[in-house]
Amino acid sequence: MTKLIIDGKEIDVPADYTLLQACEAAGAEIPRFCYHERLSIAGNCRMCLVEVKGGPKPVASCAWGVRDCRPGPKGEPPEISTRSPMVKKAREGVMEFLLINHPLDCPICDQGGECDLQDQAMGYGVDSSRFAENKRAVEDKYMGALIKTVMTRCIQCTRCIRFAAEVAGAPEMGAIGRGEDMEITTYLESALSSELQGNLVDICPVGALTSKPYAFVARPWELGKTQSIDVMDGLGSAIRVDTRGREVMRILPRVNEAINEEWISDKTRHIVDGLRTQRLDRPYLRENGKLRAASWPEVFAAIAAKVRGANGKRIGAIAGDFATVEEMFALKQLMASLGSANVAAQGGHAFDATAGRASYIFNPTIAGIEQADALLIVGSNPRHEGALLNARIRKRWRSGKLKIALIGDNADLSYPVQHLGAGVETLNDIASGKHSFAEVLKAAQNPIVLVGVSATARPDGAAILAQAAKLAVDIGAVKDGWNGFGVLHGTASGVGALDTGFAPGEGGLTAAQMSAANGVDVLFSLGADEIEVADGAFVVYIGTHGDRGAHRADVILPGAAYTEKSGLYVNTEGRAQMTNRAAFPPGEAREEWAILRALSDALGHRLPFDTLAALRQLVFKALPHLMRLEQVEPADGGAVRTLAGRGGKADATPFKPAYASYYLTNPIARASAVMAECSRLASGQMLTAAE
Amino acid sequence: MSVRRLAPKELQPASFAFREETLAFAKQQIAKYPEGRQASACIAILWRVQEDNEGWVSEAAIRAVADLLDMPYIRVLEVVTFYTMFQLSPVGKKAHVQVCGTTPCMLRGAGDLIEVCKHRIHHEPGHVSEDGDFSWEEVECLGACVNAPMVMIWKDTYEDLTKDSFNKVLDGFASGNLPKPGPQIDRHNAAPVGGPRVLTNGGQPGTAAGPSAPKEPVLADAEPKKQTEAANFQERPAPKPPADDATKKGNM
Repeated sequence: MTKLIIDGKEIDVPADYTLLQACEAAGAEIPRFCYHERLSIAGNCRMCLVEVKGGPKPVASCAWGVRDCRPGPKGEPPEISTRSPMVKKAREGVMEFLLINHPLDCPICDQGGECDLQDQAMGYGVDSSRFAENKRAVEDKYMGALIKTVMTRCIQCTRCIRFAAEVAGAPEMGAIGRGEDMEITTYLESALSSELQGNLVDICPVGALTSKPYAFVARPWELGKTQSIDVMDGLGSAIRVDTRGREVMRILPRVNEAINEEWISDKTRHIVDGLRTQRLDRPYLRENGKLRAASWPEVFAAIAAKVRGANGKRIGAIAGDFATVEEMFALKQLMASLGSANVAAQGGHAFDATAGRASYIFNPTIAGIEQADALLIVGSNPRHEGALLNARIRKRWRSGKLKIALIGDNADLSYPVQHLGAGVETLNDIASGKHSFAEVLKAAQNPIVLVGVSATARPDGAAILAQAAKLAVDIGAVKDGWNGFGVLHGTASGVGALDTGFAPGEGGLTAAQMSAANGVDVLFSLGADEIEVADGAFVVYIGTHGDRGAHRADVILPGAAYTEKSGLYVNTEGRAQMTNRAAFPPGEAREEWAILRALSDALGHRLPFDTLAALRQLVFKALPHLMRLEQVEPADGGAVRTLAGRGGKADATPFKPAYASYYLTNPIARASAVMAECSRLASGQMLTAAE
Repeated sequence: MSVRRLAPKELQPASFAFREETLAFAKQQIAKYPEGRQASACIAILWRVQEDNEGWVSEAAIRAVADLLDMPYIRVLEVVTFYTMFQLSPVGKKAHVQVCGTTPCMLRGAGDLIEVCKHRIHHEPGHVSEDGDFSWEEVECLGACVNAPMVMIWKDTYEDLTKDSFNKVLDGFASGNLPKPGPQIDRHNAAPVGGPRVLTNGGQPGTAAGPSAPKEPVLADAEPKKQTEAANFQERPAPKPPADDATKKGNM
């Protein structure tokens, strides 16, 4: 610990702190542009100048370690001043230089209202410019479908370059030229390939990099802000949904150190236009092979007529990617009252909740990756299946303490991996100790075995999962204080479905069996769009978008998207989180819990709740661990051992990527024009890379 | 210095291949640095690549160097656009003339040399002459101020130039009859014109200067350079000082 006197206040800080961190710890506010706490230190904007007593000139506090401060002549602690006239004058000078070439286009700048330069110019700017020459002008650069550039506004803080190289792991941005002619660009203005590039907009302190889809759409001060949870993948990143009127205008990240730090993936951020298009805003009924708009009573009557004539065992329900815990809980109850045990979540066939909770969650937790020292990825492309989990792996890899090996499709994960093999046989090799990486795993203190969607989505997913669990147990990854068996779910509903027991019960059919020909007579689809239902079944689709599921449906019940309802989601770590309503569902669409409640009444099996709160109480009574929001309940490692004992025969075929396109994995994304454009760009890049 | 960009697509060759010697040189350079720090060899290799590639660095060459050093393309592009010693567009086949335009050369007649370039080679720097043999650019100080004005062609400097002697130097390059590098007047390296002026008597103190003693009196310490009124003249009205801090409410 180092003792400092900052603005007359004595403070003790760790010796590895920078002066800026020490000043913040002392409660002083230090303006900055280039410094970002999650990036390396550049020290080139000079805005964070402070006065160190005894020094001849102000020092850049972001790049000055507290241990570099000299004590006073009698050994008194170094004195720092952050508010002295000298500091103020120095910062005003820096600001004046920054503003020399910065255009005065705040009124037409998308950053206006949330601009670091604008804010700090209020504190340190002068009222007029002493610069009478022409301002520098810089050509705008093309950077892909998501980033709009106005490079004249750039103050060359190089945050974007550092973000791309360090966090995103796609070192595609750079500064060409020098001095006044330095320009930020990508190589020959090619589109960025990172799935985290949207964060460049947040990280840019000025309006040089702004969001292309959001260009000139709204001003920050006219937006309503709702804190919520993302459902595009299984991580449940913390987001803020900005709405104007009843329309969602944009989605921004919130800080959540446990999951997403302060980044979100592009799919999370730029899905927004998908929430407006292809929406189901009224019930539909299929008559003579064609869907026609209908009223709620009409469609309920049609469903009731079908269900009344059906055998309970011939009725089924499949939950989709966005189903909340409450909805699945209610739907399961409804199915039980109809005498059916045929409930399943799409893509969840590999898991067996009866083995125990640790057998299907990401036990080491996302933040726990930063303690890991060896990682074996089995059948996963974490970059696509959980972009921010991948960013966390990369963060740990950058510290040099994580050895990573991959079994599966050898994709670019933004960090180097040891590619061991493409299929299950390599897993067996490691388990039997034939592979050299087995030693690394055994020697590791905190090893992780990560099983991803490419493995669990396969028909033999259960066997692969069991083998991976066995390996985890064998290498000693499951022990007191550390459980290194991690399942990466690709969907927001995956863990919630298993927690609520939304899986085939005694004699129940799996999702594949239900959707096969002659599987069931009546199928309730809670937004299950990734599953092909064979002809014959009467499909009731409860969902938000006119996607695959709705095309197949015989009755469509329009639901609410994740921004339009409050719902519980459990992320891949087993962390229960709640979304909040930011807008209202369009037209006659209703929240799913209310649809299910009304439907149960129409079917003569009224569910025992009238409000969402009442439903939630039932859920909490049955699953008390979900009550503790934002927390991970450490699961009993014994479940992994149980799972390891299951065994099973896995196919030797190599793992295939789980998603054809990262950008088009769910109905909302498929409705989004921005995601379609991203997907087109990404596939184009793949083509050139393959040539 | 102006904005440095890569040459337009039409001028860019499709591919670049290292010569075997260059590759060997590159390996030697990379071996100088610890493992994983191979990017440190970037400038040395680029410099050699420029020599191999007719005096300029093409886009294909940038990619080749990046691939060789396992660097992202943009990192090599950053280096190439930062250092002015890397030419980004084709240069003359016979000579690429770098005219020093910094103060000493400028005062001693670099303007004349630039005039010659403009008339003989191309009216703008950075372009190749019609026959493709010559190109020119103005550069910052090349460190031969004592023999100003000077130009640098390839790796040699040609100093003490006048319009005529510069033309002769260029004639030499045009005909293939390469001129002698160094001062183009009667001067040995950076020694005084016309031979030594001091210590001509074997270093005996107190004796008079030799035959080529300077005619003008040297500046004496008694009359230091004084700032004249002109130094204080300002073309623009005095700038307004930054306004007093609006947030200052007496308790700063």
